[in-house]
Amino acid sequence: MSSNKDSITNVLKVALLVCLACAIVVSTAAVVLRPIQQENRQLDLRRNILAAAGLLQDGVSVQEQFEQVDTRLINLETGEFSDEFDTETYEPRDAIRDPALSESIPASEDIAGIKRREQYTEVYLINDSEGQLQTLILPVRGYGLWSTLWGFIALDSDLNTVRGFGFYEHAETPGLGGEVDNPNWKEQFIGKEVYGDQGSVELAVKKGSVNRSNDMEATHMVDGLSGATLTSRGVTSLIQYWLGERGFKPFLTKLEAGEA
Amino acid sequence: MSETRKVLLAPIFANNPIALQILGICSALAVTTSVNVTIVMCIALTSVTAFSNLFISMIRNQIPSSIRIIVQMTIIASLVIVVDQILKAYAFEMSKQLSVFIGLIITNCIVMGRAEAFAMQNPPGMSFIDGVGNGLGYSVVLLFVAVIREFLGAGSLFGVEILATVNNGGWYIPNGLLLLPPSAFFIIGGFIWILRTVYKDQVEENDFTMKAHVKKEAM
Repeated sequence: MSSNKDSITNVLKVALLVCLACAIVVSTAAVVLRPIQQENRQLDLRRNILAAAGLLQDGVSVQEQFEQVDTRLINLETGEFSDEFDTETYEPRDAIRDPALSESIPASEDIAGIKRREQYTEVYLINDSEGQLQTLILPVRGYGLWSTLWGFIALDSDLNTVRGFGFYEHAETPGLGGEVDNPNWKEQFIGKEVYGDQGSVELAVKKGSVNRSNDMEATHMVDGLSGATLTSRGVTSLIQYWLGERGFKPFLTKLEAGEA
Repeated sequence: MSETRKVLLAPIFANNPIALQILGICSALAVTTSVNVTIVMCIALTSVTAFSNLFISMIRNQIPSSIRIIVQMTIIASLVIVVDQILKAYAFEMSKQLSVFIGLIITNCIVMGRAEAFAMQNPPGMSFIDGVGNGLGYSVVLLFVAVIREFLGAGSLFGVEILATVNNGGWYIPNGLLLLPPSAFFIIGGFIWILRTVYKDQVEENDFTMKAHVKKEAM
């Protein structure tokens, strides 16, 4: 037995059997658990959408709470609703990497540092019982110090006042840039206005604290995160980009005029 | 029975894989900022070590010595993928926080070290217990580090706030260093110091002795 243990036949036999056994175990685990994992991923995304809008309640299932949300596909280029893809199966985050569904952004316009922008994305509408828009939730992303921050911004029915803002994925420094997750900081965004009188994006994170007696700062700015200048700047840039002309501005304009 | 006890309990203090053998340090630095995450990591590593020891020991007489390392790697890697898949399905929040570190259990020296040093020579039952024991030894160090880091770095334990931090309107200014990986080095160093004060036989002999200082300067 031990004499032929190192024979070539035995080496090949053991290698083959080990690979086969391991492959079966791994693929079984992956296939059996996939439905649960996909459900988790979807639940997680939905929880983040609701949390950004400030609508997440404890004790009620996310699935149930999400029923009030109307997911719609929009074309970022034209700023109109689109039926190009089914929202059930469309994955905006996969579209960003797909050359057919996204385009690279010229460096001069890429203030958020995201390199590529998808042509179609999903937005989330919450309507009241009469079908009037109450809250609009838009996906945003941009580069901070170490990582792309992925989040959602929720706007009121006037499409100008912020209802909620938060990130669901980032890898900023814990305790410094990571404080973008601090509920006290996020709360400052609520009630701020995105656009100034000229229609330009004024919502921003200030370096230092906001001067509350200054009207312009009090309506549009929130305190910077101490020790996290680059993360704060990244947040400002991503707001600038996504709510600006290259982002959701065309859609918001049309939605307000009822033409979307 | 006493042999089993020894195999199970020796790795916890007397022959700790991290503190004495200095194996598996990388994940001890990376995942110990919160106790909850650390516990999941410990369970994952302990089960991988135990089961890889078990399976490798079961086929130890068939494994040709020329490909034994790659066979061990294959088994360990498969187990890690299974653990990762299970976490993604049943503990999604945790798996998001642990991100790549579950996958990196594959490269954790403790798993490979025990497979090569113990499971290749011992029967399956004993190898399984050795895996559990070493997993526990790893867990003890990680929990020690995690409790200190979370308590002083974030003012909480198990995610429950104990010291109200300034960011949340309290008085405690968290120690930012403890949230960064280097702090785990200092704490592990402290752990080894305590351990070697108790277990004097773990103290290594000096490689050389320093000469007495003779020049008198800066008096």
